[in-house]
Amino acid sequence: MDNILTLFVVIPVLTITGILFLKDTRQVRLVAAFGMGLQLILAAVLVFLYLTARHSGNTAEMLFVKDVLWFKSLNIHYAVGVDGISVAMIGLTSIVVFAGIFASWEVEFLTKEFFVSLILLATGVFGFFISIDLFTMFLFYELAVIPMYLLIGIWGTGPKEYSAMKLTLMLMGGSALLLVGLLGIYFNSSPTGGQLTFNILEISKVTIPMSAQRLFFPLTFVGFGVLGALFPFHTWSPDGHASAPTAVSMLHAGVLMKLGGYGAFRVAIFLMPGAAHELSWIFIILTSISVVYGAFGAIAQKDLKYINAYSSVSHCGLVLFAVLMMNQTAMNGAIIQMISHGLMTALFFALIGMLYGRTHTRMIYEMGGLMKVIPFLSVCYVIAGLASLGLPGLSGFVAEMTIFVGAFQHHEVFYRVVTILAVSSIVITAVYILRVVAILLLGPTTNEHHEHLTDAKWFEKISVVTLIGAVAAIGLAPFWLSTMIGTSLHPIVDKIIALNPF
Amino acid sequence: MSSGIPLQYFLILATIMFFAGVYGFLTRRNLITILMSVELILNSVNINFLAFNRYLFPHKLEGMFFSIFVIAVAASEAAVAIAIIINIYRRFTTINVEDVNEMKY
Amino acid sequence: MINFSYTIWIPLLPLLMFLFLGLAGHKYFPKLSGIIGTCGLAIITILSYITAYKYFFTSEKIDGAFQKLTAFNMVWLQFTDKLHIDMGVLLDPISVMMLVVITTVSLMVHIYSLGYMKGEKGFERFFAFLSLFSFSMLGLVLATNIFQMYIFWELVGVSSFLLIGFYYQKPSAVRASKKAFIVTRFADLGFLIGILILSFNTKTFDFITLTNPTGTAITQGGGAAFLGLSIMTWSMIFVFMGGVGKSAMFPFHIWLPDAMEGPTPVSALIHAATMVVAGVYLVARMFPIYSIAAPVALEVVAYVGAFSSLFAAVIACTQTDIKRVLAYSTMSQIGYMMLALGVSGYGGHEGLGYMASMFHLFTHAMFKALLFLGAGAIIHAVHTNHMTEMGGLRKYLPITHMTFLIACLTIAGIPPLSGFFSKDEILAAAFEHNKILFAVEYAVAGLTAFYMFRLYFSIFWGKETQYHHTPHEAPYTMTIPLMILAFGAIVAGFIPFNKLVTSDGKAFESEIELMIAIPSVLIGLLGIGIAYIMYKKENAIPDKLATTFKYSYKWAYNKFYMDEVYLFVTKKIIFRYISDPVAWFDRHVVDATMNGIATVTQTVSFRIRGLQSGQLQKYAFVFVTGAIMLAVLLVYLWK
Repeated sequence: MDNILTLFVVIPVLTITGILFLKDTRQVRLVAAFGMGLQLILAAVLVFLYLTARHSGNTAEMLFVKDVLWFKSLNIHYAVGVDGISVAMIGLTSIVVFAGIFASWEVEFLTKEFFVSLILLATGVFGFFISIDLFTMFLFYELAVIPMYLLIGIWGTGPKEYSAMKLTLMLMGGSALLLVGLLGIYFNSSPTGGQLTFNILEISKVTIPMSAQRLFFPLTFVGFGVLGALFPFHTWSPDGHASAPTAVSMLHAGVLMKLGGYGAFRVAIFLMPGAAHELSWIFIILTSISVVYGAFGAIAQKDLKYINAYSSVSHCGLVLFAVLMMNQTAMNGAIIQMISHGLMTALFFALIGMLYGRTHTRMIYEMGGLMKVIPFLSVCYVIAGLASLGLPGLSGFVAEMTIFVGAFQHHEVFYRVVTILAVSSIVITAVYILRVVAILLLGPTTNEHHEHLTDAKWFEKISVVTLIGAVAAIGLAPFWLSTMIGTSLHPIVDKIIALNPF
Repeated sequence: MSSGIPLQYFLILATIMFFAGVYGFLTRRNLITILMSVELILNSVNINFLAFNRYLFPHKLEGMFFSIFVIAVAASEAAVAIAIIINIYRRFTTINVEDVNEMKY
Repeated sequence: MINFSYTIWIPLLPLLMFLFLGLAGHKYFPKLSGIIGTCGLAIITILSYITAYKYFFTSEKIDGAFQKLTAFNMVWLQFTDKLHIDMGVLLDPISVMMLVVITTVSLMVHIYSLGYMKGEKGFERFFAFLSLFSFSMLGLVLATNIFQMYIFWELVGVSSFLLIGFYYQKPSAVRASKKAFIVTRFADLGFLIGILILSFNTKTFDFITLTNPTGTAITQGGGAAFLGLSIMTWSMIFVFMGGVGKSAMFPFHIWLPDAMEGPTPVSALIHAATMVVAGVYLVARMFPIYSIAAPVALEVVAYVGAFSSLFAAVIACTQTDIKRVLAYSTMSQIGYMMLALGVSGYGGHEGLGYMASMFHLFTHAMFKALLFLGAGAIIHAVHTNHMTEMGGLRKYLPITHMTFLIACLTIAGIPPLSGFFSKDEILAAAFEHNKILFAVEYAVAGLTAFYMFRLYFSIFWGKETQYHHTPHEAPYTMTIPLMILAFGAIVAGFIPFNKLVTSDGKAFESEIELMIAIPSVLIGLLGIGIAYIMYKKENAIPDKLATTFKYSYKWAYNKFYMDEVYLFVTKKIIFRYISDPVAWFDRHVVDATMNGIATVTQTVSFRIRGLQSGQLQKYAFVFVTGAIMLAVLLVYLWK
């Protein structure tokens, strides 16, 4: 059981190797689905093992820790370990990847290479979530970003080269800031002059000097923030999503953007709470702009993917917003929001891809009355929309309410006022979601070419039902997820507060 | 041995040959001419080697050896270069260096 | 102690029905789903009646007061140590009363729909949605804490959205459902902000803790003042904003008339009897806080209620779509209930308004559902909504005619029908508290009688209209609910609400005050009389009046142009002046900056790449020049 976490990296690599030896596209698809199905099961096993271990009284901060030194002179380790937060994120990733494989069942062009890149991306994401060594984490982060370029540039639609380049360059720009920030943390990781370290747990035990924190916190936070669509570094997102193929949009918005939020939480704020507290007002303003601005931006769009991309900006803004509130409830909400948004947006992009595959357009005014023609997909779209606008019983509500209640418990008035501003986004969300639903699905069928569309095929149903199942499960029974995250969050929040008595 | 010709004469000859070579190398556009200019430069160096060897260390042979080395390298270089030039000619039907810019940008 | 834990099945059963019908209904038993849904609801109705009986007549009273019982509770989502959303069942007089109202009306509507919706496409979907609505509404009234209420509040909103937009291929229905959802959602934003402020001050969501008149929440939850009002008052005003939206009070009423695009049974259930009174229920549920800690907010409730009732009554006099008349009438009657709460005090006879409000809620549910279902039967018979295209229907629809007449008399406040009693209590409460509000309500009582009988005479008497085919009475599935509700409307007035549903749970004495009852009956009769003169037989008086008061008539007919104001705000301001500029800004400023950085980099690199020409001779020239310069330097400078 010690190596269970390493399996999360090994299985995708094995799947890739397997795919490389295959010729037939059908086999490629099956192997990919099998590999990622296995990964999904493994994630379930991990959740089970994790809960069992916690239940039996194991209170270590990280479980299933494995530590191998791989670069001695800089003291870089392959160090992995999980707590409730990473377990939740791993669960999210495996669900989205699994659904993504089925959503891209009909990729005909260079199928083998497509699945290889997709799974490579997944490898990076899994590696990121299990790492507790900053350098290894960064390595996996880069591993996740690079295949994105190929996936959009080769299999994309529209101005794909432009979008791919823009996305990659902006993310690389973020990485550059991040690398500086991480090295800054590394060189301050031992103020007493001992061995420098990249290990998060060890760094969290020392207090990085405030002067260094002030310098490196913004770098790290913005570095991760670019990936988390922090205003004004979000503009890669609409173009990138619009050009990306379905599964890539799903993975990107569903999982990759979460690396930003997770990193901002796990690295920037956890390791440098002093500066985080001191500078949070700047980023709170930026993130609340993201929240409201993204929502308003979504109202004016005409392309389904743009609408969803702006809505992602809004929802991911809420993640960073909540993380910066630095209290137990809000942070808990941030993690749930990451998971909830990951599932919801993956569902949205999967459905948009399926609609596009049938109607060959993503412009909302070119469609209409699809409910009558393709009821299954339409109903799923409505459910996704309702989840996105925070309907109780689906995951969005749980996440948003936890964030709002948590953020509103902040002791300073400024933060509470900003929270009210952020809360108002729920109305705007309702406006753009219902606008799309009304134009797209309801009313009479406007385009006669669309009167004979076929409804979802079996693999599409698997993809969609998996995601809806997860969204509804979190929405109906949020307590166990919330508790799992909450218990792991507790020592972290305590540490943040203990290091910074404010 | 050092019967009449002073060292300066050799050096002047070599200098003239060297700068003629450099001039040719910089201004000519024909690959063959450029190659010839390179040969001029090499040979001017050879003359220098020999002259200095003869006048400064008459009992040693390093300068001679070096010259032979250079000649050998020049020969092989010419062989390779001419092979390339012939290929370029076949590909582009020109040996003007400015026209051979396919790899530019 | 009686065991009430079975009450958890009251909301759960409809949820199961919804999932069952929603997932399997379409494929396996599209025809049977109506019967299944109705049977499920019948079970719940019986359970509710049992609960009501046990609660009111056998449960233990402490100090003469009905207790608030938590029949079931579980932590659903933990926020902090003290703040957590629970899912539970809270039984107290108003929730038990609401159980009876909801299940009764819902059952009637289910039975009625079996006939009304027969053969419609999406029959099983309709019943699935009805079950979803019943689940949400029951969850709302049984909520043990304010956040649970908010959750179900949103859920009733969405089921209302789904049911208004039931005919999803009709653009007007789609528009109406969208409008209803967004307007109420905006109001709910206020509710949520109110909850946040309240929870920040009191550190609890729980109703029992919150509304304990001597508890810490009320006595110490005040907090600092802001703009002259305490924080508690602000939070209660925000909470009330949610109620304003859901109960279609001014200025968030605009969704209700449009919501009539939904099937008529839905209008009866959701937009007349149950969901729209959720706002009243909310205020009643939080009443101790309003009354003791935030009296200013309670004043707001009273004035909003009074204004809405007058406003809606005036509009109702001019509308011609019968469902819209009823919709405005609903708004007006809910205004009554709000006003009654607003003028009430806490405890004993002071709480007369509270009792009157709940009483009126009860009787209104009966007669308004009856009116809507009657209207449905009429529409079913003549296939039009406009009363100008009707007339003389009493011969064709005898049962509908009788029940409709009973309902009209009830709402006009004619004794001994139930509306008389509840309205009289409200007027009495208003009279004791505030004479201006009393005068307003008194006038509204007259207007109500007038517009209801305008409706009645235009439909059943008036001109003899030629119909395409002879209208026929509705089937029994539709007329039986009408008769049952008519019976309810007649007898509901004799329920001793002052013994059962009061602000502090204790019984108090109240009797009909003739000083108020007689004038109110007289003005009701006056209204009926005017309507009789104007609409009994076809004549020119209405048109003449309309031309005399041309402008005021036009304003009222166009609903005081509220829709236009909203359109202006949404279309012009939100879309044109906020969203479009934001989108433009994003593309042309933020994104352009990022692209600009890329362009600058590219331009610079294009400029300097000329140096890397790839021509060896140029490199050599640079090299040689450099070498010569170095040589010169060496020779001349390095001495």
